[in-house]
Parts: sequence; C-alpha cells; structure tokens
Amino acid sequence: MNDKQEVTFTVNGEKVSVDVVPRELLVHTLRERLNLTGTHIGCDSSHCGACTVDFNGRSVKACTVLTVQAQDAHIVTVEGLAGPSGLHPVQEGFQQEHGLQCGFCTPGMLMRAYRFLQENPNPTEDQVRTGMAGNLCRCTGYQNIVKAVQYAANKLSARSV
Amino acid sequence: MIPPSFSYRAPATVSEALALLNESDGEAKVLAGGHSLLPMMKFRFAEPALLIDIGRIPELKGIRQVGNRIHIGAMTTENELLESALLKEKCPLLPEVVRWIADPQVRNRGTIGGDIAHGDPANDHPATMRALEAEFVLKSADGERVVAADDFYLGTYYTLLEANELLTEIRVPVLPPGTGYAYKKLKRKTGDFAIAAACVVLSLTGDKCERIAITLTNVGPTPLRAETAEKLLTGKAIDDQLVEQAAQLAMEICDPAEDLRGDKEYKIHMAGEMTRRAIREAIDRARGRK
Amino acid sequence: MGIPTEHYTRKEKLGGVGCERRRKEDARFIQGKGNYVDDIKLPGMLHGDFVRSPYAHARIKSIDASAALALPGVHAVLTAKDLKPLNLHWMPTLAGDVQAVLADEKVGFQYQEVAFVVADDRYIAADAADMVKVEYEVLPCVSDPHRAMDPDAPEIRPDLAGKMQGAHSARKHHNHIFTWEVGDKAATDLAFSMAEVTVKEKIWYPRNHGSPLETCGAVAAFDKANGELKLWVTSQAPHVVRTVVAQLSGLDEARVHVVAPDVGGGFGVKVGIYPGYVCAIVASISLGRPVKWIEDRVEHLAATAFGRDYHMTGELAADKDGRIKALRVHVLADHGAFDSCADPSKWPAGFFNICTGSYDIKVAYVCVDGVYTNKAPGGVSYRCSFRVTEASYIIERMIDVLAQRLGIDKAEIRLRNFIKPEQFPYMSALGWEYDSGNYAEGLRKVLEACDYAGLRREQAEKRARGYLMGIGLSTFTEIVGAGPTKICDILGVGMFDSCEIRVHPTGSAIARFGTKDQGQSHRTTYAQILATEIGIPSENIMIEEGDTDTAPYGLGTYGSRSTPTAGAAAARAGRKIRAKARKIAAHLLEVSEDDLEWDVDRFVVKGVPDQMKTMKDIAWAAYNNVPPGLEPGLEAVDYYDPPNMTYPSGAYLCVVDIDRYTGEVKVRRFYALDDCGTRINPIIIDGQIHGGLTEAFAVAMGQELPYDKEGNLLGASLLDYFIPTAVETPKYETDFTVTPSPHHPIGAKGVGESPHVGGVSAFSNAVIDAFSHVGVTHIDMPYKSCNVWKMLHALGLDKRE
Repeated sequence: MNDKQEVTFTVNGEKVSVDVVPRELLVHTLRERLNLTGTHIGCDSSHCGACTVDFNGRSVKACTVLTVQAQDAHIVTVEGLAGPSGLHPVQEGFQQEHGLQCGFCTPGMLMRAYRFLQENPNPTEDQVRTGMAGNLCRCTGYQNIVKAVQYAANKLSARSV
Repeated sequence: MIPPSFSYRAPATVSEALALLNESDGEAKVLAGGHSLLPMMKFRFAEPALLIDIGRIPELKGIRQVGNRIHIGAMTTENELLESALLKEKCPLLPEVVRWIADPQVRNRGTIGGDIAHGDPANDHPATMRALEAEFVLKSADGERVVAADDFYLGTYYTLLEANELLTEIRVPVLPPGTGYAYKKLKRKTGDFAIAAACVVLSLTGDKCERIAITLTNVGPTPLRAETAEKLLTGKAIDDQLVEQAAQLAMEICDPAEDLRGDKEYKIHMAGEMTRRAIREAIDRARGRK
Repeated sequence: MGIPTEHYTRKEKLGGVGCERRRKEDARFIQGKGNYVDDIKLPGMLHGDFVRSPYAHARIKSIDASAALALPGVHAVLTAKDLKPLNLHWMPTLAGDVQAVLADEKVGFQYQEVAFVVADDRYIAADAADMVKVEYEVLPCVSDPHRAMDPDAPEIRPDLAGKMQGAHSARKHHNHIFTWEVGDKAATDLAFSMAEVTVKEKIWYPRNHGSPLETCGAVAAFDKANGELKLWVTSQAPHVVRTVVAQLSGLDEARVHVVAPDVGGGFGVKVGIYPGYVCAIVASISLGRPVKWIEDRVEHLAATAFGRDYHMTGELAADKDGRIKALRVHVLADHGAFDSCADPSKWPAGFFNICTGSYDIKVAYVCVDGVYTNKAPGGVSYRCSFRVTEASYIIERMIDVLAQRLGIDKAEIRLRNFIKPEQFPYMSALGWEYDSGNYAEGLRKVLEACDYAGLRREQAEKRARGYLMGIGLSTFTEIVGAGPTKICDILGVGMFDSCEIRVHPTGSAIARFGTKDQGQSHRTTYAQILATEIGIPSENIMIEEGDTDTAPYGLGTYGSRSTPTAGAAAARAGRKIRAKARKIAAHLLEVSEDDLEWDVDRFVVKGVPDQMKTMKDIAWAAYNNVPPGLEPGLEAVDYYDPPNMTYPSGAYLCVVDIDRYTGEVKVRRFYALDDCGTRINPIIIDGQIHGGLTEAFAVAMGQELPYDKEGNLLGASLLDYFIPTAVETPKYETDFTVTPSPHHPIGAKGVGESPHVGGVSAFSNAVIDAFSHVGVTHIDMPYKSCNVWKMLHALGLDKRE
C-alpha cells in the first residue's frame, strides 16, 4: 500500500517524473515535490477551487485528483500562464480590474478563467459568473473578477482578429 | 485532510477491472471521477484497501445511439453529457439536469456512472434515471445483466450493484418529439446538493396526459418515484387542481433527512413545490411553448 | 486612449492621494509567486497535526500514543503532560482568560486540541493522529447559553473554581465570565417609564465564521546553537505575536523573529494566538527541527475563532413622532469554553457601546453578560471593529421596529433622529466622541439615486398582487481605528501604530509599517499617502510590513485601523521628511526656510518659480550637502497614538424579492454610499466595499455554526458552511460622500469594514421589510430559504389561491 509508483506527466511544458504513493494528492505533488506553490489549498473538499489547474485541456481541482491518475497528463499551473511575450490576458485583466485582494484564490481563478475563455470566448456577464462558479473568493465580491474575465475576453478576441 | 493508504490499479480493459474486483473480496472501491469517494476518504469515512481506477478504460466512454436508446459509457463525464449534440437533440433532459450538478471543474471529473452507482439520494442522476426508465448494464466476471433504474436503488448508498460488479453503461430512451420534461432543483448555491428536486417526463395526446413519470431527489433514502401522483394524472387533462393534488401525493412519499438545508417539513413542502413547477414546465414543453 | 504622457501634470505623475493607482501587490500573486505560510519549506522540516476531541464536554481518562509513536516517521506526540513542565499547557488569551493549549484533564468543546503529533510529512502525521487512543468520560454539556447560568448547569471551567473575580468584573456563577455595563441605567429606566411609545425585540446575531480562503498555520524553526526562534505565521498582528511568544517561551524578545508573509485573508480570524502556533513552537524547540502546522478547513471552522453569537434584547423609547428618547440593550454573549475574544484588553464586549448608532439618543444603557458554553472559543470580530457589527445591527433593526410600530416611513424616522452636522464633535450617551459626519446628506443622496418613493409605490402595488418585496435601509456609523493608548491596549501594549521611512540618495524610498496587509492593498495606498506628503512618486516608494525584525512595532491590521493609525503615521513621518527637506532646500538655494513654498514635488522660492529644488535634488543633497549642524540622511519614524477613534458612516439601500413558495430571497438591487472621509484610492475603496458587502450577504443569507444539544457542531466544512459563489452574489452600486475626520492628519477614516457592518443590517432590514405589512417585526438570521419559508408558511403566505 505504501509502494511508490513512478508517474510521468507534463507540467507547464516540461516533462516530469515523480515517485509517489497512490494516496498522494496532485496538489501536494505540485506544491511540495515540484515546488509549484502557486496552486493553493483552501478547503480540502473540492468546494473552493483554489487548487484549480488545467489538466488535459480541462479545469480540475487538484485537491481531488490522485497523482497516480496524472500519468501522461498535460498540466498547466499558474506558473505556466505567462508566455515569453509577457503576461496572459487573464493575468493582465485581474490586475487592471482589481480582481484580487489577498491573492489566495487568484491562481485558481486565473486557471479557470484561462480555460473558460477557450470554452466560451465571448461570454455574457451571467455566463462568466456561471463559468467561474467553481471558485470561491472571500475578498472581492466577484464583481471585479467578472470585469477581469471580460477584460481578458476582449483582449483575446482583439488578438485573434 | 489526508486519505488513508490504499493500493491502486488502473486496468486498461473492463475484463481486467472485473478480474481485480473479483480478487479483491469486497475490499476494493471503484474510482470513477472521485469527487464523492476521495472526499469521503479524506474525512476517513471510507477506507478501501484497493482503488480500481476505471478512468483508463476507453470502452467505458462515449455516447451513441442504438435503435431508440442512447447508450452512455459509465465514465462519460458530466461536461461531456452537457456538450453532447446527440443528447441535446434526443434526450435533452439529461444535459438540463447536468447543468444543476456541482460546478464546472467538478463536472470535468465527475461521471454519470459514478453519480448513479454511488447510491447517494442527493445525487441528481438517480431520480432522472428513474423518470427516464433508464437501464443499467452491470458486468461481473461471471457475465452481464441489464437492470431497470426503477429497481436499482435499495437504500442510502445501497444498490443492486454487487461487490464484484461494475456499472459499465447507462441506456436512456430517445425521447419522442413532443415529450415534455423538466428538472426543478432548489438549492442554496452553486455546487450544493438539492434541498429537494423533482423530475418530470410526460407525453400528451391532445390535452390528455398519456403517460407521466414523476421522481424526486434528496427527500428519501433513495430517489423516489411518485407513482400515486403519476396514476392520478395519467389519462387526464392536467389542470391546476390536478397539479396541486399530484404535488400533495408526491409530498406524502417523502421522508427526507434534516440538515442545514432544511428540516423535514420544509424539504417535503419543497418536494411538492418542485413537483408543481416541473409538471407545469414539462407540459409547456410538450406543447412546444418552451 | 487617455491623455498623452507629456500632458500629465506633475501631480498626476506623483500618484498620490485620490488617484486610481493599480495595485502593486498583484504582480507576484497573478504569477503564482505569492509567499504564504504553507509555501515555506525548510530543510528537515516536520509536520504537526492535532488529535481533537469528538466530544463537547468530557474528562480525559487516558491517552495512549504508543501505536502512533511506533509508526515510522513519527517524531513526537505532545500532550498537556509534556507541556506542563514548560508551563505551556495553558496560555493567556487576549481577553484576560486562559486557554488550554492541549486539553488538560478535560475537554470543553468538540474538536478541542488534545494531542499534537509531529511526523516527517503531513500524510504520516494524519495517520498517526488517527492512531492516538484517547479514552473519554463524557460529561453533561452546556450548549444553550441561556442555560449556562442555571444553578445546576455543569461546570465548564473547574480550573477557575473559587476565582470569583474575573478579568472584567465579579463572576456570579461558575459559567459566568463578566458583566459589563455602560450608560446611565436610572436615567434610561426613567425615560422608558415616561415614554409615549416603547418597543422591544429579541434579536440573535448567530455564531458565524470569517473563514478566509487561507486557513491558519505556522512554521516554527528553533536555532538551538544561537537560542533563536523564527516563526512564520498567518498573523494580522505579527509584533504582538512576537511579544506574546517571548513572554510564553521565556526567550529574549530580540531572539524571537516573527514574520507574517503573505496572508490569504484575515477578517479578524488571524488576530489571535492559537494552540497550533504554540505546539509548533514547542515541538521545534524540543526536537530541534523546523515544524509546520497548517490547519484544514474543518479545523478552521470548528476550533479557530468564530464570530458573533450575541443574544440581544433591544428596547427603544420614543415619542409618537418617532423621536428616540432612550435605548436599552441587554446581551447574553456566548463566548464558548474559553474567553479568547480578540478585543482590546479593557473592552470585554469590544466597542458594542457604539450601539446608539447615527442617532441623537440622549440616554442609553447597555449590559452585556458573557458566559461559558461547551463550544469553540473565539468571538473575534468578523470584519468589524470589535463587536461594532452587532451594535450596528441592534440599532438599525430597532429603528425599523419602531418605525413599523408608529407607521412612520423607515427613511423618514432616520432623518428625524440623525445627529446633525452641527452637533459634531458629538458626545454619545454611551461615551464616544464622534469626530464628524453628515448622515442626512448621505441618506438623501441614496433615496434620490434609487427613487425610494418609487420603490415604495412599487412595493405597495406588488403587495396588492400578493408578491413579497422588501426595501432595507441601513444608516450606520462605525467606530474604528483603535485606538488611543490611554483606553486601548492588547495585553498591555498600547494600540498605536507606526511608520518608518528612508529616502535613498537617488530619490526613491522605502517605508515600513507596524500593520500587516491581508488584501487591503497597503503597498499601494500607503505609498500614495507618502507620495503626497514627500513629493516622491508612489512608484518609487517601496512598502514593507510583516517582518518584526525590520518593521517598526505596531499592533497590526484589523478593526479598520491601518489607515486611521499607520496611515496617520505615514503622513506624519512624511511631514518630518518634508520639514528636513525644507531645511536642505533652503541651504541649497541660499534662502531662508520661510522664503520657500511646497509645490507638489519640490520647494520653490516664493515668487521666483525657476528657483527651486525637487525632492530628487534634495534627496541627493541629504547625503552630501546638508546645512551645518544637520545630520546627513533623510529618514523619519513616527509612532502615532491617535487622539480619538474615527467614525466612518454610510447609507445603504437593498431591495429584495421573495419567492412566496420556496422562501428564496433574491437581491434585486444594492446601493452602497460610504463616507470614509478622505478617499485615498477609489478603486481600492470599491474593492473593499464589494468584498465586505459579499461577506454581509453571506452572513445574512446563510452563514451559521449551529450546535446540537450534545454540543456537536453541525456542518463544519465548505459543503455546509455558506460561502456564496459568483452566481449567488449580488451586484453592487457604490457611491460616496466625503466628511473628513478633523483629527486625522489627512482626514481619512478607514473603510475596510463599513460594508460588512452596514451591509448585514441592510440585507436583514430588506428581508423583514418584505413582511412588515403582515406585522412581522423581526426574523433572526440567517435568511436561508428554509427559515424564510417557515415565516411564510406560519403566516399562510405560501398558500396558493
């Protein structure tokens, strides 16, 4: 039961291998073995979304995924969001629209927004609220988070024109 | 919150999974999306010795039409149901229900099979399955059986599924044009379980209700089917008074557990209210008004 | 797109007070480079986890840790017996009581800390905690505070047996903590006996929890060779933590280094000192290795710092025109098993005596009885300055009750009773000197913006058609910025705050503060205050807080005190810098100081505009060419002891629609007008208001920590504890008036907590207003659909025709 298994996956474009026991949670592997501490733990029970990462092109809560389930997975964390040309539009949006205060929910929010805007590039305000409903914030009241996501949507669609 | 230790296997085929289940002597749990099981393990309410991860079995995925039924692989995720053009056209009730389940991230992991097989009366698919008169394919090393959703639920976390069996497929009917349907769920917030929910599927001939199914979520130890209410409405032109009587009959079968969402009295009344709303909406849809 | 750079005025380039500066904190957070306590990783670090009591009240018969200790990777299992020789099995609380660090012979609440397991990693620690066998003898428990002082009530605190003098008053029962009285009881009773009208209402403010997204935690690293302790901790008040740790551990305070790194939200929850911190420290000292302790969400909700739980009885006496003559309030305060309220030492019920609110009430009397129950300790103020939300709630609810009794409009009755602008400074009947305010102006502005008369007409029409619509008003006044050291201290340390600033030779600066940001944007706004004072662009002013080795001593960030205290210190330290700069400029320009005038970022010779020295010039000169007799360098320190509190206020209006058949409450509109005095950064202010209103919404609509009769906590995870998502959360409109504080150096009052304090009453008043036409004067929170439906059902309003 405590036998370790080798698990290989890609994080932020880099291939990594870790030896883990089956019960190790992906969020702990990311934070403690790979030192990617941007992904946070808020509730332990998959309710808050602070641990949201992009997993094979879908948003998931890394507190409720076993690392052994990540074999061959492609994972993007907040650390992988900015590109060589600078911040990702969602990062820019959160800064421009005051979409964060204490910063603890922010990485999860950004990772969800990053995927959400690929699922729905031109969302209405209500769609932003529904699309971001897996992430809790205690500081902002969401109003500026909605604006931040809309800012990013505009920026992204301007870019793709 | 840390789950206890366990062994982990990720079989590549259903037969491998069934062999593992057979060997495990009831000590194993099947890991589907994990969003019920892993939290229960973190709270140490569940301590299985072995987790059999069925997430790497391609044959458990997919949505396809076979005759007048739609076959859904048990490991199809909630968001895949939501995005399915086939379901949207042929069984739109299902994506409508999924919209009310959990949140976007959880729907990316959570599966229809996990939701159904867990046996939690708070889950949304079980009542829907009863209303659709769906069938479940249960496989074991000894063979396979097809059971009716109506017969599947025996008690809270207690179903027809034997320890050596795996739910592999869910079969729902193609809803004929003109079928009315609705799922009405009252909940405190996104991601929460229902305070009470009602599912209605009906067909009309002229003004008369030809057949109707009414089922309820989270107001009893299993998903409930309001048969007396169904009987009352079948063959009749449904008016406000009949809706009211049906709601009362639905309330009579409820036996919800009290929690922070509400006490018994409230939940029973809300089961009635959701029933009223679901019947009305289903009728509107059957008449093409919505 | 905007104005070209060359047209920017120097003032705009300065980025000073009033500008919409974007946050300087964000860059690291949006790139995953924040540094929170759980991100800290040290070589050889161990992990601690608690064994907690499943029972609310029980005697511990035995603790058997042998199986846990036998588990590979387990280094220690600490119990009260291990802490006793160090005299650390109990610790003092901020409220003058003591709290068990680890249960000493008995437990007083469910989830109480019983043993502390230390292991190689958190997985082993969790397994080991499960393996510690504790044998309990269950005792009868006190769950209902109303029964706490029954003659035969079980004794919760035998450690206090015979100690009939408490920290704040005599104790009249073994479960009694204090009785606190303020005001003139005789005059109040007389006013009531003579009043034309009196109203009375029992109002419970339920137990809830601030629950920031980051839970509490610490990393303790004891350096045996040098006898020094370093502690990283989720603290809103790291300097106080250092002092308390030094006192508890016996270590020289200079050898205790406390750092509050990034803090993931606080809301008052991270003011206190918790058993986990102490256990991590003890374990690190005894094992000689760093020890991390991070609580999970269940532990956080169940054992760490609840808020409120005030059972209030409010009474108003008035004339028939609704002019209030007197206020009387009794509170039964449920403090749990230990009195660990995070209040200033002399204030056992915080500043609850602000409960006369925005109204000119000539006589008042308040009596608060604090009692022990078998529940978690805490009673911190959840985003408010020490029981100010409870105080605001009772008066804002009672004025509505009075309005309904008299049939006077709820806006009109407020306008009739407001303290008038010309009455300031205003001495309240319960002893506070309000600094400034213009309450009527704020309310009138809101009523007009929302077409209040139109809303009331709509409500009447809707009622006629059987719909339930409610309009809630809240015209609150807060008391924040604790506070004057003569009346405010924490464990004997006065509640001043501080700023230390150094201007570097090339004209940039670093400033350090005794406060600690948890999302309030200090790095952004303190720099704005300083920019205006010293003429150096805010972009060139670095702000640091949280490291007790480098920052000046301060009491921390809570109670909306940062702007009133440390913000004032910033302005005053800046003025000291500017005063020295003037001397240097006069020296450089060879004129007298009196010949100079300040112009944004420079000193100019009066009448000769091209004769000037910029702050950049002056900074350079400060290091090579100062007038004879003046020290080189350009630094200043200010420890600011505020002369008074500040009194932010606001007028909020909330409109709700209620579903008759389900009890669901839908917030249709929320208009929030705040007056926080001088506005430093409008964007940050709006962000604070949105966040505080959302907390208020959560409190009003669903947050609760209920216990059953056996003292079991029902629902201590985010599955049950209500934190709304973006979907449920209303949208807000914000507005403002500006009435500066006359005693604050820049006239600012503080804003972080206003929306929570004022918001709860507005939501509440709106829900109850929806029922006012059927005679309902009060419904206790939370207004979850079940509770609202109970009222609808009892009144028959859910019946279909």
